[in-house]
Amino acid sequence: MSADYPQVLLKYRQPDRITTLEEYRQHGGYTALASVIQNGDPAPVKAVLADATLLGRGGAGFPAGVKLKTVADDAPHPRYVVCNADEMEPGTFKDRVFLHAEPHMLIEGMTLAAFSIRASHGIIFIRPEYESAARILEREIGLAREAGLVGENILGSDYGFNIVVHRSGGRYICGEVTAQLNALMGRRPNPKQPPPYATDKGLWAKPTLINNVETLACIPHIVNHGAQWFKDLALTPEAAGTKLFCVSGKVNRPGVYELPLGVKLSTIIEDCCGGMKNGARFKACLPGGASTGFMTAEHYDIAMDFDSLKKVGNRLGTGAIMVFDHHTCMVAATLNLTEFFARESCGWCTPCREGFPYLRDLLGRIENGQGEADMIPQIKTICRHLWKTYCAFAPGGVGPIESLLAHFEDEIMQHIEEKKCPFA
Amino acid sequence: MVAGVPHPREMAIDVVNRLQDHYGYLSDDSLALAAGLLEMTPLELEELATFYTFIYREPVGRYVIHVCDSVICWMEGGVNLVAHLLARLGIQLGETTADGLFTVLPVCCIGYCDRAPAILVNRKVHGPLTIESLDRLVDSLREDAA
Ligand SMILES: Cc1cc2nc3c(=O)[nH]c(=O)nc-3n(C[C@H](O)[C@H](O)[C@H](O)COP(=O)(O)O)c2cc1C
Ligand code: SF4
Ligand code: FES
Repeated sequence: MSADYPQVLLKYRQPDRITTLEEYRQHGGYTALASVIQNGDPAPVKAVLADATLLGRGGAGFPAGVKLKTVADDAPHPRYVVCNADEMEPGTFKDRVFLHAEPHMLIEGMTLAAFSIRASHGIIFIRPEYESAARILEREIGLAREAGLVGENILGSDYGFNIVVHRSGGRYICGEVTAQLNALMGRRPNPKQPPPYATDKGLWAKPTLINNVETLACIPHIVNHGAQWFKDLALTPEAAGTKLFCVSGKVNRPGVYELPLGVKLSTIIEDCCGGMKNGARFKACLPGGASTGFMTAEHYDIAMDFDSLKKVGNRLGTGAIMVFDHHTCMVAATLNLTEFFARESCGWCTPCREGFPYLRDLLGRIENGQGEADMIPQIKTICRHLWKTYCAFAPGGVGPIESLLAHFEDEIMQHIEEKKCPFA
Repeated sequence: MVAGVPHPREMAIDVVNRLQDHYGYLSDDSLALAAGLLEMTPLELEELATFYTFIYREPVGRYVIHVCDSVICWMEGGVNLVAHLLARLGIQLGETTADGLFTVLPVCCIGYCDRAPAILVNRKVHGPLTIESLDRLVDSLREDAA
């Protein structure tokens, strides 16, 4: 069970409601902010975050401390901190569960990040499906403001930081940093290739730090307990911290579990999720959301952390584990995922806009018994082209397809030879 | 809503949402009105309106049902559920019932995969659904509307 491991972000999770401001303070909330504000120096915050090797929890795993440092000391004002609560990657719902549990942890984390770069404006970018979370955040930001924890003159100091909630109109690409900046400015949310980087010229050409909900929520704890404590939370030496794993699919208890990075996949599935549903066998999982690759039973005991997954050619991504059993057709599952990428492509660059519908068509024909053997090399070629697109959307989207070819070529061939889906 | 905001266009989605809440969808007139408030050209706002899933440029029913068709809901029987819903309402995906009550639209993963198969009704989530609980939900929506 996840309760057997140290809980940090979800320690005080209640079944049906948030931790109130008062309760959060009783649990030691806002003490990190108070000590930092009292001390008045942003440098130690930056230093402890760099030492903690906190890797971004939004999918890319970029070190949060390094990103903070790219905001130059003499950079212009106003500076912005954006919290990425878009969470539109299929299979990912950890931020939703977290926001319905500990909104103040995010508010404090954001404010600490803001203080470390002397930002004055904060924006939480949230998907439309999370309207209840958006309302919770607006209400709790208001309470924090009344308590002098955000807004002007935080805790009586001369430092001010305001947070607003920005509702998205709903498109997956808005989760990508540069597209999100465009969305926030009321422009069509196409990605934009750096440079300039957001931390240099982001919103309205001013320095902008964008981090995922979970990344920001780790900050108060790191400030309170130090970098070494954070590193020691993980089970593998290279990793640091806990991770919110959201598990869905063919397990008995889907849900969000806070576990140390480096925990075994098998532990998550068996101990936390109560094993496979209906006694089915584990066939594969996507370890980190729809834009990672299928991982088969060969890696059932893998340590779930950024490095270990990289070593087997996969990615931890968002920590969204989607579990498939031996009754599930992997061609059909990949077809469904490809449909998602075809629909959500922003359409800006041709390989992605044209490539995903083409792949969907080929996979659809294979699934429907009209496949030919020469479609396999065709799929491979298109996937290669999709690595040369304008943003990271398309290379992510080919993850399931390339891993289907790598691990389930037999299953594809069976569709082609039998001229039907063997699972239908 | 746009008053006091340094860059009015950053409020585009909020303004459109407000108009949609009132009129149900974003008509040409609403679009022109919103564009004026936001200091954008109608074309610039149209670029956004046609991009986002939750902006409706055509009239929709009183209840907009977004059915998740992404991989986890698919695996948990979402396809049968949608087929049942459409048959029961007598419409195709994307259509509105003749009484103007229901519009059914597909949507990508709504972030409730732990409650698959899941749907949204006017942005409120329901799941995990069975054919029976879906029937009950539709009945209760009809009753509420009566
Ligand atoms: C297509 C696409 C969608 C993304 N969606 C999200 C998202 O919904 N939430 C998120 O935090 N990061 C998302 N990311 C990753 C962000 O670009 C970025 O790496 C992240 O928000 C940075 O925060 P972090 O360093 O704290 O993880 C997405 C990336 C791509 C390419
Ligand atoms: S790769 Fe796809 S999502 Fe990214 S810019 Fe090109 S078309 Fe848009
Ligand atoms: S796949 Fe349907 S809610 Fe995620």
